[in-house]
Amino acid sequence: MEHIISVLVENKFGVLARVAGLFSARGYNIESLSVAPTLDPTTSMITIVTVGDDRVIEQIMKQLNKVVEVLKVVDLTETHYLDRETALIKVHTKPEHRDEAIRIADIFRAKIVDSSPTTYTIEITGDVDKVEALINLLKPLGIKELIRTGRIAIARETTRTASPRREPALLKT
Amino acid sequence: MKKSGAEIFVESLRHEGVKTVFGLPGGVVLKIFDVLCQQKDIELVLTRHEQAAAHMAEGYAKATGKAGVVLVTSGPGMTNIVTGLADAYMDSVPLVAFTGQVSTNLIGNDAFQEADNVGISRPCTKHNVLVKNVADLAQTIKEAFYIATSGRPGPVLVDIPKDVSTDKAEFKYPDRVYLRGYNPTVTGNKHQIRQAAEAIMKAKKPVIYVGGGAIFANAADEVRELAEITQIPVTMTLMGLGSFPGTHPLSLGMLGMHGGYWTNMAMHHADLLIAVGARFDDRVTGKLSEFCPEARVVHIDIDPTSIKKTVHAHIPIVGDVKAVLHQLNVMLRSMDGNPAEVKSQRAAWLKQVEQWRNEHPLTYRQDDRVTKPQFVIEKLYQLTRHEAIVATDVGQHQMWAAQYFKGSKPRTWLTSGGLGTMGFGFPAAIGAQKAYPEKLVLCITSEGSFQMNLQELATVAEHKLPVKVALLNNGFHGMVRQWQDLFYEGRYSASYLGKIPDFVKLAEAYGILGLRAVKPDEVEPVIKEALKHKGPVLMDIHTDPYENCYPMIPAGGAHHEMMLEDPPELVNARKGGAHKRKVDEGEGVLPA
Ligand SMILES: Cc1ncc(C[n+]2csc(CCOP(=O)(O)OP(=O)(O)O)c2C)c(N)n1
Repeated sequence: MEHIISVLVENKFGVLARVAGLFSARGYNIESLSVAPTLDPTTSMITIVTVGDDRVIEQIMKQLNKVVEVLKVVDLTETHYLDRETALIKVHTKPEHRDEAIRIADIFRAKIVDSSPTTYTIEITGDVDKVEALINLLKPLGIKELIRTGRIAIARETTRTASPRREPALLKT
Repeated sequence: MKKSGAEIFVESLRHEGVKTVFGLPGGVVLKIFDVLCQQKDIELVLTRHEQAAAHMAEGYAKATGKAGVVLVTSGPGMTNIVTGLADAYMDSVPLVAFTGQVSTNLIGNDAFQEADNVGISRPCTKHNVLVKNVADLAQTIKEAFYIATSGRPGPVLVDIPKDVSTDKAEFKYPDRVYLRGYNPTVTGNKHQIRQAAEAIMKAKKPVIYVGGGAIFANAADEVRELAEITQIPVTMTLMGLGSFPGTHPLSLGMLGMHGGYWTNMAMHHADLLIAVGARFDDRVTGKLSEFCPEARVVHIDIDPTSIKKTVHAHIPIVGDVKAVLHQLNVMLRSMDGNPAEVKSQRAAWLKQVEQWRNEHPLTYRQDDRVTKPQFVIEKLYQLTRHEAIVATDVGQHQMWAAQYFKGSKPRTWLTSGGLGTMGFGFPAAIGAQKAYPEKLVLCITSEGSFQMNLQELATVAEHKLPVKVALLNNGFHGMVRQWQDLFYEGRYSASYLGKIPDFVKLAEAYGILGLRAVKPDEVEPVIKEALKHKGPVLMDIHTDPYENCYPMIPAGGAHHEMMLEDPPELVNARKGGAHKRKVDEGEGVLPA
């Protein structure tokens, strides 16, 4: 099953390599990975989307927790969460397709952020299904280039405090 | 007053109580070596190869429980210790390795002797750091020692660029470590411990299975108390040997691939397994799907990742093994049921185990022509009166030593378990001897392994370290030859060692005593002479080149599927002259 794991780490030299190295050394999958600083500039949040059975996920959580610079690990899939991804899609637009491209973008509330005589660049933010649906619809027009950020996710505040399905965090104390 | 990085380094080590550093100099660490030679508190042991420095530090650490310290140069100095780091990581040995690095302004430029020390060592260290600023050096060293020795111990690497060792900063050694993301759990969860106690009281056929974790945690007394109050037999992993007296009536000795028949049978039939600081290594479990098929599992370990990694734990307890066992013992004592009752309840199970032991004890047949390796180990065991610290290398001799050398105390058995590193034994013995100059330190090795670090004969000679090396010379990579005999129809691909040096002359070349025993009746006198000798000794003891180590669970087999002796096909093939040809065509196996 797919899991989204947030890993709060100290912003130190080599931490990302240690976290990524842990996945490769133990044969765990990384479907996507994104990293950026948090509000506190001494820490960063790594969001990892991975796939594995319960035993593997339990090991991944424990192994991540073991890394000295890791401060907190949360399997968001154990709670209610929101996830988002952004994609920039550069599509070929022959003259007869330019209207079609705009229409498709509109349906998805995506924005055209750049344009050239032969291309549009479309920006979309949404959950994975939405991003993928848009990509699929644009494929027939011809996608020249595509870049995705990988997913980020956050727990929903109300449900997290009210009724977590299970203790979500392996908190380091 | 400001101090240079090199001075800060030495001062910091002094604050950590370090007495000995194992290492070898080079360009970028010269400043540190220069400061080291101008003081007396910390002794530098110059090794002849950096790999040996790492293993010496491991031997020192395993024997003392303190962190072993290594100091080497950048590039090749660092890459040479990688095996030692990996070995220490697998066996949870507290090590702090300091490596030199090119100056910060050169890092990343493929400078002379530059290597990505932090990158290379990342997967085989518990933690590692590049120090970029001399102002961070003391703090980093303090943290390195703390991380290496706390929780589940392990190697930590601190990479020090040349300019950091020469730059200056105010020195103040921190008295506290605060690491936001590192805080090992010590005491066990009470609820879980109660469940474990209840499971123990209910069990009919329990086994305590102890690993190296019990030794790092200094939990031997607690293990013994648990075994005695509950009358549960105790088996040990290769790393756990010494955590429970091998001569104790409740000792089952080592389990696993070359464990006792009775031990593995007990595992196979157990209804409760109490795993203590052990990690269910594949050499221990054999075929996972048939491992302890009837047992519920209590697993006590300081490292949460060890729990449920390969084997499901019904009652997991994360915590320091010593603390948790203490809690458990207190709880067991407060429960209903007196010891006499426990004893009678347990009698049937212990009797069954005894029956297995009598059915197939460890055996070998010594005649008056060729010395059996097991005979040598037994003699060493008897003649050292069980008082020795024993370091082994890797191979058959290691397994025989584990079977026949019944250790009685923790920290007297130094061996490479997880990584199985040939070349570990001799330097590990030297490290232990350095820690305890007065104690008897014995290295049990074989010609294959010994030749991987024999250059350290010079270190032994220089420091007059009275290590006694018993080299069981069978002319083969014996363990490899055994597998080839059993699973590759006796094709001895690269297991026959051919030209073996004359070890007596080799010892003499380094100015130390060399002794040789070719016949069985020469073994005892040679060992006696070696033990009487004040300095280091290398004993070249010729042993049967074709002896195989049993019991053996073939790879992929389960605990009850042990081979107990050479299979008939092998015996017949030998009679027909096969399996020997290669050797007979060679120049002769051993120097006479
Ligand atoms: C560094 C290293 N290389 C290779 C091996 C694989 N290996 C395991 S046992 C063994 C043979 C050991 O021979 P020896 O030291 O003579 O001991 P014996 O088995 O004869 O007692 C080998 C090559 C290893 N364990 N370590």
